[in-house]
Amino acid sequence: MAYAALNSSPAVALGLRGLRRQFPTLAQKINGQPLVYLDNAATTQKPLVVIEAMERHLRYDVSNVHRGVHELSVRATEAYEGARESVRAFLNAASVKEIVFTRGATEAINLVAYSWGRANMKAGDAVLITHMEHHANIVPWQLLRQELGIELRVLPMDERGVLRMDLLDAMLTPEVKLVSVAHVSNALGTVNPVREIIERAHANGSRVLIDGAQAVAHEVIDVQALGADFYVLSSHKMYGPSGVGVLWGRADVLAGMPPWQGGGDMILSVTFERTVFQKPPARFEAGTPNIEGAIGMGTAARFLMDLDRGALADHEHGLLTYATERLERIGGLRVIGTAPDKGPVLSFVVDDVHPHDLGTLLDRAGVAVRSGHHCAQPAVQHFGLHATTRASFGLYNTRDDVDRLAEALHHAIRVFR
Amino acid sequence: MMGDDLYQEVILDHARRPRNKGCMCDSTHCAQGYNPLCGDEVKVCVNVSDGMLSCIRFDGHGCAISTASASLMTEAVDGKSVDEALALSREVLDLVTGKRANAEGLGKLVVLEGVARFPSRVKCAALAWHALEAALHGESDLVTSE
Repeated sequence: MAYAALNSSPAVALGLRGLRRQFPTLAQKINGQPLVYLDNAATTQKPLVVIEAMERHLRYDVSNVHRGVHELSVRATEAYEGARESVRAFLNAASVKEIVFTRGATEAINLVAYSWGRANMKAGDAVLITHMEHHANIVPWQLLRQELGIELRVLPMDERGVLRMDLLDAMLTPEVKLVSVAHVSNALGTVNPVREIIERAHANGSRVLIDGAQAVAHEVIDVQALGADFYVLSSHKMYGPSGVGVLWGRADVLAGMPPWQGGGDMILSVTFERTVFQKPPARFEAGTPNIEGAIGMGTAARFLMDLDRGALADHEHGLLTYATERLERIGGLRVIGTAPDKGPVLSFVVDDVHPHDLGTLLDRAGVAVRSGHHCAQPAVQHFGLHATTRASFGLYNTRDDVDRLAEALHHAIRVFR
Repeated sequence: MMGDDLYQEVILDHARRPRNKGCMCDSTHCAQGYNPLCGDEVKVCVNVSDGMLSCIRFDGHGCAISTASASLMTEAVDGKSVDEALALSREVLDLVTGKRANAEGLGKLVVLEGVARFPSRVKCAALAWHALEAALHGESDLVTSE
């Protein structure tokens, strides 16, 4: 494989060749062709350090956490709480008490809707989201609307997939108790001006939740500098295992929230008459958690922190720019989502070729992309579409991968014309 | 050519120039099929008179496989009895899900045989047939490919 990109500085700083060897999944052929994995916005591959950390736990340290006094329980608890500290450092949160482990970003949003939403909202109040949200940041609020009679407001976007910030202040009325916005759009790649949104929302007295699922693998997140009230993320989109994620909540906000699920580990004492709940984060982690998942996520956070994040962002942005230039030269291809500030996500449609057929033909060439509505149907319908094809880049992708994508696209289009 | 076991010329032809596309409003039986995975939608409308099918048409949007499958279906079941159409639908669904070893007796529908080797695409090929079955059974609910 030719690594032309290795001559340019960001890739050198990353040690791209060595990094790729960290990801065993990449070293295989699919349909007779070396795998080109471009579905990183759906999920990322896992590096050896993550696989080995989880394996080590499963081989030698299995025990429940926060319970036994025996050696294995001590080891498992230290590893689980160590993972919480890793995620705290990754997000630069003020305290590990602000890090709640969940099943993922989706569950984290549901937790906020169920706990914070029910305790702080009533009929007539409003949640403001945007037109480009993932279903995970739409449906929980619709469920709350059904239950409480709240209003769901949607900040529009323009034809590039950029939020209409000029309309924000008019929509931020006193009824808006919460603004819940994607940091980076999974379907379009748009990086939203979250800092400005947070400032204006706070000036209105609204709380702010930022869905960071598509952001954390690509840019350094400092929740204290951002100043939101909640930030949610999924491990599997940042090179960790699936089934685990995090709700970061500012300590004073979490402290005022009631539990959302009851069970073991979230209580101080239980009698049949009365139960006293733990403080956060334990209050929100009922039952035995995903221990090996959390360990994997913590390791993935350390793995990312050990990289030159600036060089990583430059590398991925370089791939997006190169891919956009190459694909825009293909006749009949239209890029969907042309915001000036984008994460490494490239959505597109091709005249006369349905995204699903494109996805199958690219797969035959060993190129893995996503086709469909990307769990963001309103965002895709905004462009008059039902589906797009999406190539999304991760730290291990190369310019060679982009070339393979472009070649496979040319071939697929020839089949249909 | 890669993928040509799936995208045979007959499929590409029916995808490019679907037959009997655009629903008529005077049909006696109609049903809508929806694939939540990819957002493909297909509506199937048919006239049933004395137990015989006529004027079968489909509408909607979808990939080449789902469009071609719907188009081929309208040609294959036109003039058949309800029982014959339902029996054919079962055979095609068995074919695309790999439960049937060969496409003997299925005529042009043999081109759908390759779909069984693409598990992620079986639902595309099955969608219109599910909608036809729902229409003939008089089910008014949206049928999904799940």
